[in-house]
Amino acid sequence: MSGTFVGMPAFPKAAHEAVNNATLRGNLRHATHTIRTKRAKAVAELSDWAELREAGKRIKDHTLRHLDRYLTQLEESVTAAGGVVHWAADAEEANRIVTALVKMTGESEVVKVKSMATQEIGLNEALEAAGIHAYETDLAELIVQLGKDRPSHILVPAIHRNRGEIRDIFVREMGEWGRPAPEGLTDTPAELAEAARLHLREKFLRAKVGISGANFMVAETGTLVVVESEGNGRMCLTLPETLISVVGIEKIVPSWRDLEVFLQTLPRSSTAERMNPYTSMWTGTTDGDGPQTFHLVLLDNGRTDTLADEVGRQALRCIRCSACLNVCPVYERAGGHAYGSVYPGPIGAILSPQLRGTASEIDASLPYASSLCGACYEVCPVAIDIPEVLVHLRERIAEGGRVTKDGNTVVLKPAKGHAAERAAMRAARWAFSHPGAMGAGQRLASRTRRFHPRTLPGPGRAWSATRELPAVPAESFREWWQRTRGGKDTTK
Amino acid sequence: MSSRDLILGRVRRALADVPRDGAPPAPERPGKDSPYEEAVARSYLREHGSRSVAETVDLLAENLADYRAIVHRSTEEELPYVIMRLLAERGAQYVLVPPRLPPEWMSAADPTQVHDRAVSTPHELDRVASVVTGCAVAVAETGTIVLDGSPDQGRRRITLIPDHHICVVRVPDQVVASVPQALERLDPARPLTWISGPSATSDIELDRVEGVHGPRTLEVVLVSGE
Ligand code: SF4
Repeated sequence: MSGTFVGMPAFPKAAHEAVNNATLRGNLRHATHTIRTKRAKAVAELSDWAELREAGKRIKDHTLRHLDRYLTQLEESVTAAGGVVHWAADAEEANRIVTALVKMTGESEVVKVKSMATQEIGLNEALEAAGIHAYETDLAELIVQLGKDRPSHILVPAIHRNRGEIRDIFVREMGEWGRPAPEGLTDTPAELAEAARLHLREKFLRAKVGISGANFMVAETGTLVVVESEGNGRMCLTLPETLISVVGIEKIVPSWRDLEVFLQTLPRSSTAERMNPYTSMWTGTTDGDGPQTFHLVLLDNGRTDTLADEVGRQALRCIRCSACLNVCPVYERAGGHAYGSVYPGPIGAILSPQLRGTASEIDASLPYASSLCGACYEVCPVAIDIPEVLVHLRERIAEGGRVTKDGNTVVLKPAKGHAAERAAMRAARWAFSHPGAMGAGQRLASRTRRFHPRTLPGPGRAWSATRELPAVPAESFREWWQRTRGGKDTTK
Repeated sequence: MSSRDLILGRVRRALADVPRDGAPPAPERPGKDSPYEEAVARSYLREHGSRSVAETVDLLAENLADYRAIVHRSTEEELPYVIMRLLAERGAQYVLVPPRLPPEWMSAADPTQVHDRAVSTPHELDRVASVVTGCAVAVAETGTIVLDGSPDQGRRRITLIPDHHICVVRVPDQVVASVPQALERLDPARPLTWISGPSATSDIELDRVEGVHGPRTLEVVLVSGE
């Protein structure tokens, strides 16, 4: 994935540092708790949440199971609608394609709508190296870019920054990149947003090339969908003459009608809204409206390797709503940067090691960045069993085994230095094969949480020595779940 | 080997363990039933709760307002005056109108009407404060209006650059209850913009701020036939 994260310390070390940063922890706690509470309310509004979740899971599973077919169908429909489809096996190839496409336009500036796929491949850096300047236009991404920082949350990438820090970044940096921050800028969110509006509008109105990702691609119609709040997406998708979208191959849904599921579950799971302020859908090009040239770059970059893993492939169902981040006790304390990839939190802990392999220390440590409490699975709108995949990946790291890398089967050796994890993993596996024991263990842990040690005894000591043990919640998630939406009728 | 063949080959090898569930082709034509439709059970609801037509319109108004759109109601006769008043309140001197907005809607308005021509640059449109459009469909449960670029709505950019958007929704004809019902009515071949409230961000300490890039004020006029 992105070169940005090369040289990251492994999760335990990074998390340890983050945990000692009181500002970061305060910001994160405030943010995740706010979204969490709102989300539960938004979900409770839909009496058929469980059915929507099941349908979302099945649509995605069905798509993955016939991915070759849907990819070729998508290619046909996008081409028929006037778009040009490119295929990129890895980050390097995707960057090369996009750079060449931008060069063909003769432009040296592009506007970008927040896209995890382009962050994953390090596109901004690649463009910069080719003398092309990429402006991030999402407010949070702008904060991150101006602050020469990395995003730490899927949805609120600057969640680790408070308003005072943001003001300082704007005052210091905006002038370097374009229109400077207004005189006497204060730290009220409204003024900060206004400063960003003025700064970015200047760029939108003259932009000739836009770069985006997409939340969904519809195979039968060739439609791409971008879901957003601010309108910077609409700006990037409609004002430039050329639009280049870089999208992971797993983002397909088969039919137009499938959108009815995800347009209901995604906004509620992510921003806890009935609907996000803006959703744009485009099918190829439209004469006289919006970009007249449209390129779609279909990105593999480890996705087919992930698809080859029978347990791990479910991670490809992810619609990047970020609900799992907001309920994760480990994420809440460690922060997004500790995960060392563009995909933080529970989903990052299973996605990054699959997309990138587990050769690096950080990737090998990610499957341990969890307390396996199960909260991430309960909130996931496509029912990805993150704990199951975590345990599976731990097992693979600890004991080695066959994996697919760049399309070839390779045999991993057991990781060295993971003796403690091996023990922890065995315990976890036992708990998973004895669900009763896990439930009881969790409930017991809740009741006795005041007496919990800060480090684990026995073989877990080495593991907990470098990690802040998450505080045990007052009520276990399962208890809470049962109390609040027990049984099938889960949304009442 | 091309990257296309490489990726498709990898996909096929990755799925070697997977029994292909029969022939699951996607629908041949949008919206038509097909074997795929049977492969995925859709036991979720087509609409949440049962409401009369009037209640659905009320819910639309309520949810629009909840997402900070300003909602007005009028009859067809009153509409030109409502539009006149809303533009006057903003002190608008110029107003953008799509090519085939019903002319009577603007019959009482004072501001000069500006058309979006192909040669108009975004900078020129940026000097216009307000825009008036119709819509394709409105979704009551989510408080959403959808634009599809029809001649009474215009190019996507005209509802994006001005700071003030007045959108006229014909009730009850253009109102549906839910997202599934809205998708049924829309044509995927058109560029679609779903709007739920004005532009907003919660990026700074999760405080909601209206208007970063899109129009900061969205006024919706629900106009009834009689
Ligand atoms: S794993 Fe599930 S909950 Fe987490 S971001 Fe993806 S879809 Fe959302």
